[in-house]
Order: sequence, then C-alpha cells, then structure tokens
Amino acid sequence: MKFADFICYPAIIPKLSANTKESVIREMSSALQAAGKFPLGELDSINKAIMKREELGSTGIGRGVAVPHSKHPSVAKLVGTVALSPSGIDFESLDGEKVQLLFLLVSPPDRPGDHLRALENISRLLRDDTFCTALKNAKSQAEIQELLEKADAQGHH
Amino acid sequence: MTPPAATRTFVVTNPQGLHARPADLLAKLAQQYPCRIEIIHGSERIDARSIINMLTLGAVEGTELRFEATGPDAEVALDAIGGLFASNFGE
Repeated sequence: MKFADFICYPAIIPKLSANTKESVIREMSSALQAAGKFPLGELDSINKAIMKREELGSTGIGRGVAVPHSKHPSVAKLVGTVALSPSGIDFESLDGEKVQLLFLLVSPPDRPGDHLRALENISRLLRDDTFCTALKNAKSQAEIQELLEKADAQGHH
Repeated sequence: MTPPAATRTFVVTNPQGLHARPADLLAKLAQQYPCRIEIIHGSERIDARSIINMLTLGAVEGTELRFEATGPDAEVALDAIGGLFASNFGE
C-alpha cells in the first residue's frame, strides 16, 4: 500500500492551530470533511469514535508521532491525513514525548488488513530518521505531499 | 554470539491483527523485563519494546511471530507475552 492510496493530500495541515489532543483530532477530521471524504453529518460521530479509541490507550507511538484513528461505518475506504505541530502536543505517548507529527486514519469496520498496512507504511517511514526529520520540518502542504510521494517512489514498504 | 535464553513462537489470532493497541500492550509488557526481547518475522528482527518497529511487521491475523529473549527473566517474560497473545490482547 502506498501513501497515495489513503492520504488525502488536500487535507494535509502543515501547521496545526489546535494544541490539545481533542482539538487536534477535530482540526484534522474537519480537514478531511472539507475535502469531501466523509458523508455530511458524520463528523461528530467520527470524532467521538477516534476519542473513544484514545481512551483505550494513547496512539502516540513514539518518536514524536501519533496515529489517532478509528473504524467508522460511514467510510467506504481507508482515508487519512497528515498534520504537523512544530511546538508539539501532549498526546500521553508511551515514551512521554510530545507529538509533532500526526497521521489520522478512518477505516471501514470490515477492513482490518488495510488499516494494518497503513500503519506498516507509516511506521516504516518513521524508522528512517532522515525522512522522519524531513517530514517534521516540512513547512507546506506541497512539501509534505512531495515527501510522501518520494517515500512511495522509493518503496519504503 | 550468546544464544537466546528462551524462544517461543506465537500466532496472532485476533481478527484485527497486531495493530496499534496490541503493539502498545506488547511494548509495555516487554519494557517491564530486564531481558532483551526480539521478534523475528521473515527477514525482519525487531526490538519488542518499540511500538513503531512492531507496526512495521504488518502482522495480520494468522501471522506467526518468533520471540527470542536474552538475559534475566527470559522465560518469565515470554510466558507473560504468551499470556497476552492467548488473551487476544483483550479483544
């Protein structure tokens, strides 16, 4: 699976204005909504599902990265976006570090394999220090998109 | 090279696979033990204390993962990990 298969490029946020876990999730999901990725009237329900998942354990996976996500019946295929917070967000990560890079994923309930492959993709990218740093330091939507396209082309996965 | 003190093979049996939450539980458990715990899958060998590394395995339901523990409490640690697999990570 490639980033291009699930990341909605127009919904990428190079600099989040929100600074708490809940408001960041809302800002990212609203960007996906604005890009037409969710049916109308589902946004609140999607946000609730993502927050409910966070209550089970933080999706802060280390290295300053979090992957807030949920299954939701309103989506027909896996969809996601990327956001950066240069100042960092407290995400209650296992390693205690603040989060600067976030991937938000929403997947149909019956496709656990797609969700796993997206996580695999993201984590492979993050293992590459050079890439991870470049992504965290990106300043624009175009720059983030370019890095993800480069990762797709290089086959980090 | 020191041979591993304990090895076990566990199968991912929960339908969601080894996604973020099970990886988080496994990493937290592995961190509780003084031994080094590695997971081997195909050509990959990763540290069980790292969620990110575990997620790179993309282990779907049915995946066999080999665990190697070296150092103090190696057997105890793998017993505990076996328990976590047997419980389907509480799912």
